[in-house]
Amino acid sequence: MIDLDWYPLWNSLRIAAISCVLVFFFGIFFAYYAARLPRVLKGILDVILTLPMVLPPTVCGYFLLLVFGVKRPVGMFLLQYGIKFVMTWYGGILAASVVAFPLMYRTARGAFESFDKTLAYSGQTLGLSNTYIFWRIRMPACRQGILAGTVLAFARALGEYGATSMLIGYTPGRTATISTTVYQLWRTNDEKGAMFWVLINLAISTVVLLTVNMLEARQKKAVKA
Amino acid sequence: MSLTVDITRELGSFTLDAQFEAENGVTCLLGASGCGKSFTLKCIAGIEKPDRGHIELDGVVLFDSEKHINLPPQKRQVGYLFQNYALFPNMTVRQNILCGLNREKDRAEKERKLGDMIRLMQLDGLENHKPAQLSGGQQQRTALARILVNEPRMLMLDEPFSALDAHLRDALKIELRDMLQEYGREVLMVTHSREEAYNMSQKIAVMDKGKLLGMKDTKELFADPGSVPAAVLTGCKNIAEARKVGPYEVEVPVWGIRLQTAQEVKDNLTAIGIRAHYFNVSTQKNRYPITYVEEMEEPFEVILQFRYQNQAPDSPPVWWRLNKEKRPQQFPGEIGIAPANILLLY
Repeated sequence: MIDLDWYPLWNSLRIAAISCVLVFFFGIFFAYYAARLPRVLKGILDVILTLPMVLPPTVCGYFLLLVFGVKRPVGMFLLQYGIKFVMTWYGGILAASVVAFPLMYRTARGAFESFDKTLAYSGQTLGLSNTYIFWRIRMPACRQGILAGTVLAFARALGEYGATSMLIGYTPGRTATISTTVYQLWRTNDEKGAMFWVLINLAISTVVLLTVNMLEARQKKAVKA
Repeated sequence: MSLTVDITRELGSFTLDAQFEAENGVTCLLGASGCGKSFTLKCIAGIEKPDRGHIELDGVVLFDSEKHINLPPQKRQVGYLFQNYALFPNMTVRQNILCGLNREKDRAEKERKLGDMIRLMQLDGLENHKPAQLSGGQQQRTALARILVNEPRMLMLDEPFSALDAHLRDALKIELRDMLQEYGREVLMVTHSREEAYNMSQKIAVMDKGKLLGMKDTKELFADPGSVPAAVLTGCKNIAEARKVGPYEVEVPVWGIRLQTAQEVKDNLTAIGIRAHYFNVSTQKNRYPITYVEEMEEPFEVILQFRYQNQAPDSPPVWWRLNKEKRPQQFPGEIGIAPANILLLY
């Protein structure tokens, strides 16, 4: 135990945390603006933004390689500035964000759609700025839904395997995450090691799901009141 | 001090077409649900945009399609009391009212105005309550406090009593009516209830399927609605097609009768209306034989339904409403109606 390499836990947590923050803002941004688009455009955007949720993660990873691969135009362009998403730990952020994004986007959109518009209207007639209304009235009113979306996105980012293994592979101490480590250890017949990381993952996921359930219960209570 | 509205907007199944002017005092937009009343208020507030037209308040143009003026709601300074009061659920009473004071930058002045308004609206002791903890009446007062403290140039009320229990409604009507009188500026109120319109307003504009059918003094409108939709909205139960047969005489084919009128009949008459209260057993004028159909009892009154002798079989029975104590022992064979009580509808 003493010489155990904790790197996968640390790497998974930082990838999940950073993706979660990114997905939080992008998800809310798109959820808010998609709701105001004309119907056709909204439908198209909705499909594109939700696709990563239904596509196999390996397919998402494949697409990411198509765009950010070091021999692709975008990848080559970024490389000039020293940014390389392939085989780096922060490439994991990209992979996890893309896969977790739809969860945040859809939950936030659902919350925004059930928001009572008259609250925003009354704020406007009182002279409150749209920014104030968004952050102080709309967001608190949709708080439960947005929190649930954030937690789900975090859990998804933490457990991401397919797109991550495609884009950043598995290099111990550099790109290894919990999920890629489990696969690697199991493949090399280290069943005890695999079981250890499985239990860690199980513990984190349980906490996350309990949090979601608690939030949902509170939301139901709030709706009843 | 006046509001001028002249707007049109395509609204799916009908076109909203509203032209009116409102001055100080309470003006009511009376109409059935979904006739475009609330939409008109939203256009004035700047929440919705008309296709064409012009809206002006106290000489300031709020909207003009030709000059491409469309002030955002924040710059219109128009108070809007929503049907559900739209209190911010995450804020306390105090924070809600402070939202209305966002233009006041001076801290001390802000606190003073807040305190005054809380006292005026009798919200003392409720400052730290959330809206969900308030009664319907307290919610309404908080919403009004939040609006009035914002010092709007006019006030709009959208079905202000619909969210309240019936027993609270009457007490609050009196409270709100007195408050509005004190406010002293233009108040535009939307309702589908003729009682509320009659209780609260000095003037009423009747709206039917998006069209504004002119504005009248409240009492005048109830005495002489002038059109079929206005008669229906003011609660006239008996409306039948009619045509002019003489300067003071009309024929009602579906009832198979002719009626004398007190008002001179114009050529373009389309229908007549008779309020259920105005039939009279002892009136000799416009007296015709009737037969009993059925009745419905209310706490203090009774509705008796009857048919005229020669009434068309497929037409609905006529309603006669009277105080229970005045009900005749035997159902009368004939009934009359004073010529002054025949409403001429065009």
